[in-house]
Order: sequence, then C-alpha cells, then structure tokens
Amino acid sequence: MIDVFNLTKKFGDTAAVDGLSFHIDEGEVFGFLGPNGAGKTTTTRMLCCLISKTGGEARIAGYEIGNKPDSLKIRGIIGLVPDNVGLYDELSAYDNLDYYGQLYDCPDRQRAENIEHYLRMMDLWERRNDPVGGFSKGMKQKTALARALIHDPKLLFLDEPTASLDPESSKMVTDLILELKRRGKTIFLNTHNLDEAQRICDRIGLLKTRLLTVSTPEQLRRAVWGTRTVFELKEINESVLSAVQRLKGKDFTVEGNKIVVDVADPAEENPGLVRAIVSAGGEIQFTTQLNPDLQETYLRLMEETK
Amino acid sequence: MRPTKVWLIASKDFRIFRKKTSILYSIIVFEVVVSIGLPFILRRVVETTGARAPIPVFIDSFSFWFVIGSAMIPISIASYSIVGEKVQKSLEPLLATPITDEELLAGKATAAFIPAIISTYIGAFVFMTLVDQFTSARLGYRYLPNWNIGVILLLLAPLACILSVGTNVLVSSRVNDVRTAQQMGAFILMPFAAVYVLSEVQILSLTISTLLLMSLVLFIVDLGVFYLVKATFQREEILTKWS
Repeated sequence: MIDVFNLTKKFGDTAAVDGLSFHIDEGEVFGFLGPNGAGKTTTTRMLCCLISKTGGEARIAGYEIGNKPDSLKIRGIIGLVPDNVGLYDELSAYDNLDYYGQLYDCPDRQRAENIEHYLRMMDLWERRNDPVGGFSKGMKQKTALARALIHDPKLLFLDEPTASLDPESSKMVTDLILELKRRGKTIFLNTHNLDEAQRICDRIGLLKTRLLTVSTPEQLRRAVWGTRTVFELKEINESVLSAVQRLKGKDFTVEGNKIVVDVADPAEENPGLVRAIVSAGGEIQFTTQLNPDLQETYLRLMEETK
Repeated sequence: MRPTKVWLIASKDFRIFRKKTSILYSIIVFEVVVSIGLPFILRRVVETTGARAPIPVFIDSFSFWFVIGSAMIPISIASYSIVGEKVQKSLEPLLATPITDEELLAGKATAAFIPAIISTYIGAFVFMTLVDQFTSARLGYRYLPNWNIGVILLLLAPLACILSVGTNVLVSSRVNDVRTAQQMGAFILMPFAAVYVLSEVQILSLTISTLLLMSLVLFIVDLGVFYLVKATFQREEILTKWS
C-alpha cells in the first residue's frame, strides 16, 4: 500500500525528515513513534501530498507522491485525521460530513448511507444535527474520524488521534481504530501514546528525523532488552552464584535477593537454571519473566541516539 | 478547475456566514445607511436649497459609495472565510481532499464576492428608487439610472470588490485573528475614500471618462494582485507558513 524509499524533507538547511525507507502492506496498522519534532507530521503531510518532498520517492497504491495528477488521486483514496481535528464548529456533525463527502465526490445516496453508518458507529447519530462547537473533545475526535472515513478510503492517516483526550475518550477512540483494523483498513498512526501503539499496531517505526528501526512491538522489545528471568531467593550464597555462573557466565546480575538472568529462550533455559539453583542449596520463592514495556524500549532507543 | 467544487466551497462558507450575525449586521447596516440614509440627506438638500444645479453633483458623489461598499463588505467576509479556517485549524483536512489550490482560492473568492455584489446591487436599486422619488419633481426628470451609475455598478464595483477580496486573501495569509485581518484589510478603502472626498469638495469630477479611467487603473491593479495571490495561495505555503 505504501512504499517509501529514501524520502527526505528539508526546510531551508534543516532536515525535518532524512532518508526514510519503509513499506506498509494493505490491511496493516503501522505506528510511527518519535519525540516532538521527529518528523512524524512532516512525513504524514508528504504522504498525504500536502507538502512537497525534497528528495527520495514514495508511492501510495501505485501512485507517486509529488506527481500532480497522482497527488489528486492519492488524496481521493486516503483519509486524514490531523492532530487538530479542524471541524467547522458552526455546522452540525451531519453537515461537516456531508461537505467532506461532496469534496470527495461521494455520490448522494452513498454519502447519505455512509454518514448514517459512521455516525451510528461513532454513537453520534442522535446528535447529528447539533453544531459540533458544542461537542466534547472525544466527540469531536470521533466526528473527525467519521469525516476521514466518509468516502471509504483504502488508507487512513491518524496524527495523534488520542492526544489531549481524557482516558475514557482515548479508550473510545482506540477501540474504534481497532474496529477499523478488524474491517481491514490500512492505518498509518502517528502517536506519542506507547500503550496505544503496543495495543493497536502490527509494526512500529521509531523516528527521530531518521528512521531508527521498524519492527513489531515484540521484536523491538527483544532487540533492545532481550529476555530476562528473575529468580527471587530466600537467601543468596556463593554456591548458588557459582552454579548460575557455570551455566550463564557473566550474563546475570544480582539485585538484593534476586538474580536477574539474560536468557535467549526462557522455555529452554529456565528449567536448567532452577535445577542448578536448587542443587546449590538455593530456595526459590518466586520466578518472574521480565517483559519491559514499549515505553522503556522507546526511551532506551531515544537515549542511545542522543 | 471544476465549478462544482468552487461552488461547494463557497456555499459552505455561505452557510457559516448565515450563522455569523456580525457579518450579516455589518452588511445590512452599511446598505441601510447608504441606500436609505443618503437619499434622505438628499431630500433634505432638495428641501433646503432652491437651486437644481448641485443635486446631480450630490447624486454622483453619493453613487460612489457603492464602490466603497463593494470594497468594504468583502473585508469582513474574506477575513472570516480564510482566517476563520486558520483559527479552526480546518485547512489541513480541507487541503487533504482531492481539490486543487485554484478551486479552493476560487471558492473562497466567490464566497466573499457574491454577497458583496448582491448586497451592493440590492442597495443600489433601493438608492436609485428613493433618489428618483425625492428629486424627480425638482429636476423634472428621473436622474437615475444613468451612465455614471452604470459604470459604477457594472465596472468599478466588481473591480473594487475583486481588489478587496485579493488584498484580504494576502492579508489573511499573514495574520492569525479575524479582527487584525479586518483592520489591515480596511486600508484598501483609503484610495476609494480619497476619491469620494475629492469629488465631494469638487476637486475631482466623477464624469464618465473619469470613472472609465479609474476602472482601467483598477483592472491593472487587480491583475497585479491576482498574480500575487496566486503565488501566495500554494498548498505547502498555506500549511507551513499560514497556520
């Protein structure tokens, strides 16, 4: 669905995005993570044909960004929810969607059906004739999502869709994105919310002007942290440490009465470690598999790039 | 450029203007003052002076208010139309739809041009009716419509309106609130106001040839503003520098 090769955007001498290359399959949810100013919105704007590229290439559904006739076609098959929803406060939810449906050349009957379908899906049908200026942030975000879907786009760009929402509204929007994922939409998601990315995304790209890495959330965690098993003992003595050292060399640390061991395959290695510790006289109280979350992984990767 | 898209963008703005009472009131108040107020001033002049000679001079000078009006009304409309989109941050999703920059510009220009011209023409109709009502007995004939007001309404007013729309698009690209846009955009009225004052003090006579010459100058200025606006109204420029 999206093919990007060496995509670059400079503002004057400053590179906002430098040499991005990645591929997104149809039906995939791709998360773009990065700090403020990393180039997430700039990348989205280039892919939505809103701003020009300085270098490189990108194709969406076979159409080339930067080519004027293709740009119109690309804008016709994508939907965008920008970080500011940008609804017309004076108009009703229905009129906002109707206006965009017409801009997207949606035929009258299909437009009316889609407006009803998506407003019902977003639980806003009863409020369809109310001016959106009176809506809560969560309702506005849902209206903006409905607006982006009004022409049944193949590809959806969401720029920080849950930023500045309260937890309840945030969950509501995240659930909607999951529903769209189930319906097979390809989604390009810019987010700061790492829990959201972990929950929704098939793959994640970490961006800081350059693309640091692209992989699944699980692969990313493993690549950065590996896998670790924690053995909490009643007491740690020299013979227990020697037993662990014989098996793992230097791949472990001691924190109080805990031994934290780096393991490549927990299912394979943990039984041997348990046997060794018990044979050496250790009394194991608890065993825990450490799974650092995406936030720790993200922070560590960002720290490494400083 | 697809006229349906241009009209769609303009008609959305019309729907919003209908809900902005400040825009409606500014148009109505102006037209009432010019179309009804000025003829009543003229009636007072007719009643207090015995001579016929100054009446046509007054009518010609007052007619020029429709040029000023057609330049003034788009100031509030164009400011809301463009700065309003900036304030509501609605330009990005709008620009992400399959419309061209030209269609968006033409839609915004149409949204400001049509109400200004329609209200000017309605106001002019009322003005002409009242002026003839109050002056025909003294003059012995109906003074309006004449060639002067014909040139004013068919050439000068639309050209002044286009100039005002273009200038306000340029101003709106540089500011972030509606009031500042309106205040800066109001500078466009100064040359028109100067012409009116000069005609009132009878330094400048608003003859057909003067009005046609002014139309030609305005046409050339409009062309220059059009090219400036076209250069400014670029998708990337709007997104990265306007908002």
